[in-house]
Amino acid sequence: MTAITDREMRAYVSQQAADARVNVEIETEGMTLNIGPQHPATHGTLRIVVKLDGEQVIAAEPIMGYMHRGYEKLTEVRTYPQITTLINRIDWVGSFANEVPFVLAAEQLMEVEAPERAQWIRTILFEMSRIANIVLFLGDLGAQLGGVTAVFYAFRDREYVLNQIESLTGGRFHPNFDRIGGLKDDLPKGWVEETKVVMEKVRGFCDEIEDLLVGNEIFQARTRGIGVIPPEVGLAYGLSGPNIRASGVDWDLRRDAPCGLVYDELDWKVWTHPDGVSFARTWVRLQETREATKIVDQLLDGLPGGPIMAKVPRIIKVPAGEAYVETENPLGAMGYYVVSKGDLNPFRVKIRSASFNNVSIVPWIMRGVYVPDVITILASLYFILGDIDR
Amino acid sequence: MPPKLPGLIKGLGVTFKEMLKPTVTVQYPHVKEAPPTRARGVIALHEENCTACMLCVRECPDWCIYIEGHKVLAPPRREGGKPRAKNKLDRFDIDYALCMYCGICVEVCPFEAIFWSPEYEFSEPRIADLLHDKTRLGEWMETVPEFEPYEAGAEVKIKKVPR
Amino acid sequence: MSVLADISALDPYWAQTVLKGAVVALVIPTGALILGWTFLFKMMAHMQSRHGPMEAGPHGLLQLLAEGVKFLQKEDLTPDGADLRVFRWAPAVVLVSTFLLYVVIPVGPDLIVEDLPTGIYYALAVSSLSVIGILMAGWGSANKYSLLGGLRAAGQLIAYELPMVLAVVGVVIQAGTLSMQGIVYAQAEGSIFGIDWFGNPFIITQIVGFGIFLVAIQAELTQPPFDMPVAESEIVGGYQVEYSGFRFLIFFMGEFGTAFAFAAITSVLFLGGWSVPFIDPSDNIMNVIGPIAMLTKVMFVSFLIFWARFTYPRFREDQLQKLAWKVLIPLSLVNIVVTAVLKVVF
Repeated sequence: MTAITDREMRAYVSQQAADARVNVEIETEGMTLNIGPQHPATHGTLRIVVKLDGEQVIAAEPIMGYMHRGYEKLTEVRTYPQITTLINRIDWVGSFANEVPFVLAAEQLMEVEAPERAQWIRTILFEMSRIANIVLFLGDLGAQLGGVTAVFYAFRDREYVLNQIESLTGGRFHPNFDRIGGLKDDLPKGWVEETKVVMEKVRGFCDEIEDLLVGNEIFQARTRGIGVIPPEVGLAYGLSGPNIRASGVDWDLRRDAPCGLVYDELDWKVWTHPDGVSFARTWVRLQETREATKIVDQLLDGLPGGPIMAKVPRIIKVPAGEAYVETENPLGAMGYYVVSKGDLNPFRVKIRSASFNNVSIVPWIMRGVYVPDVITILASLYFILGDIDR
Repeated sequence: MPPKLPGLIKGLGVTFKEMLKPTVTVQYPHVKEAPPTRARGVIALHEENCTACMLCVRECPDWCIYIEGHKVLAPPRREGGKPRAKNKLDRFDIDYALCMYCGICVEVCPFEAIFWSPEYEFSEPRIADLLHDKTRLGEWMETVPEFEPYEAGAEVKIKKVPR
Repeated sequence: MSVLADISALDPYWAQTVLKGAVVALVIPTGALILGWTFLFKMMAHMQSRHGPMEAGPHGLLQLLAEGVKFLQKEDLTPDGADLRVFRWAPAVVLVSTFLLYVVIPVGPDLIVEDLPTGIYYALAVSSLSVIGILMAGWGSANKYSLLGGLRAAGQLIAYELPMVLAVVGVVIQAGTLSMQGIVYAQAEGSIFGIDWFGNPFIITQIVGFGIFLVAIQAELTQPPFDMPVAESEIVGGYQVEYSGFRFLIFFMGEFGTAFAFAAITSVLFLGGWSVPFIDPSDNIMNVIGPIAMLTKVMFVSFLIFWARFTYPRFREDQLQKLAWKVLIPLSLVNIVVTAVLKVVF
């Protein structure tokens, strides 16, 4: 009789363990499936643990924090211009939009108002970051649902917007352009004309996506009736942005609390949809992109001349106090609560990010849907991991 | 529920039309697109202007600039004057492995000693090679572009080069 | 002297078999390569506003060869806890079903590996063998994603067998024979309401059947919009997710080989196969023109398949099943009845 080698013993034990695992899985009620943290559909490192019964979800739980970078702690040891650089990276897709509420809060504490031209250009960049963000959403939605071509069209047209942002600020993804009291620099020659051409191209893209994806019957069959969010539930969970507007709630911070951005001088519309389904969220975002291009066109036409930066001291020391400013970022309502004790660094910055609240509805909304619908709902809620985890 | 056809046919039409149009991509590295003038590619150093005031070192969010210098006596500007104390840089390194390309250092420099250049092809196989010393940073000065005029309506003071 | 008679005269019988087997084994990678380069690389790329592979060989012609070599030199990973025998044999089962399909595809009057009298019936039967391979892959990978993919595949592939078969019944009624060469001859020599010189490609009278068959083969190949088993953004490859290197190459070859085979079958059934109008089908020159005509028709049908693949998002599993059972099967049954009635009347 030959002795059993170590290797054989280990193989035998692992075989038994595998059998036991499989048996346990088959006999228990509901199979636990881990969607993420490495998954093509979760926009980053989000982990969702779902308990399945066949293909139907019994319970779902999102587990965040795989990308936590400690922003709020970092801001305690950085000066204000340095923080502006860092917070570009919270929502890295529409990155100028992250700087705006922070700078507005600091300006509120310093009681400085940016000159008019700076406010107009700020609004232009804000809307362009919205366009960049939502164009990516439209492409990505196609990818999640299986229509891979939409991604390429989205990135192609997003390139034009990013090129414009780069020719103005120097950085495609992280402009780092907002300063307390104004902006860093002025527009280069020819920028206004080029941007108008780009807005026309984005409108063409919106039409293309409508033909390719949104008007497609398969897409509509996948998204209509899926992921219904009644308005009370949405408001209770703290949803914001297009997610809540798709449930019929007419709430837009650009119109209701413009502070520092020039929306009240323009002619534009807030889009809502009564259904509250995934299709509604997609549709509202598509219309918002079109609206954003029109807003940018109006802004470019009416751009006033003037200085780009108010008189602020070289070394910025924000006087003591607290300020909270919330703006309508592409992902939702983003707010910064800045507490200052009169130093170079803020004492505390609390970041209210839109995606964190948007994802909190996941356990409620995922009850009873199928696995493919999980992906559809996640795609239509649209979060960016940097925004959730900060 | 038979799907109604028009949306499906239109979708096919979109991809078919796109197939017939020319492509938008370029074959890098055979063809290279030029980045805009203000693109933040790499930082260039103009050594004569630098006085080692350490402002860029302090303001960098990552603290990736390392400066060491010492004072030398330079001859006076006019006859019979005091010798001037000038700064001579021993070491001016920027660690591009840490650099966030934010531009705060270029913005705060009071003596116009560092500039942005749109060059972006400086990747290295070893991370240690990403620490550019002052000779290499001086070499990037050739790629710093000329100043671009502003759009109509701007009242900004014209600077010498994009900063 | 016809080529087939020469080969059949070879003695012993095993020499014939080896020769035929070698032909099939050569044609499958070639067919997969042609389809892969033209449609998966170049057509997909141009539809997405980009070039596709351009570096390996002129315009990326050698890219698939490079990828083949890359797959071959990868590590042979098997997941911990996988049922090894099932895991290893699953790709082979899928590939065997592809090989068997090529046996009855005609490319010329004498260029067919074996002209079975029940050609099309054999082809449809043999194509369903791949379901076993996919189920084996789904189970043997010891991965919940694979299991989900395998179960979805089982449901989908079995559901779409029926529309595929029923769509073909209309063609068979019109042709009067199950043999593939017979169907080609029936189209080449037939006449539409008296017009004689054009032949009678069944796509004209069986347009409904053509549509149903195209949809059914799209589902059989698990291509979008029916790619639930391999939904890349949900279950990340489904039953293929644990396969790497050489085994994945076999799945890939199986998928594209089967696509080529199904496109060939479609062109035989509906577009007239290797026959060309104005030329007598029993002419010896057809042995040269036939393959070229066949390749063109295969390319056309593949274009349709891949065009739909790159445009549409995917159906959900229950919507897929509804489409098969509630729409395609009744439609194909109606098609059969109408064809039968018209065949008797005219």
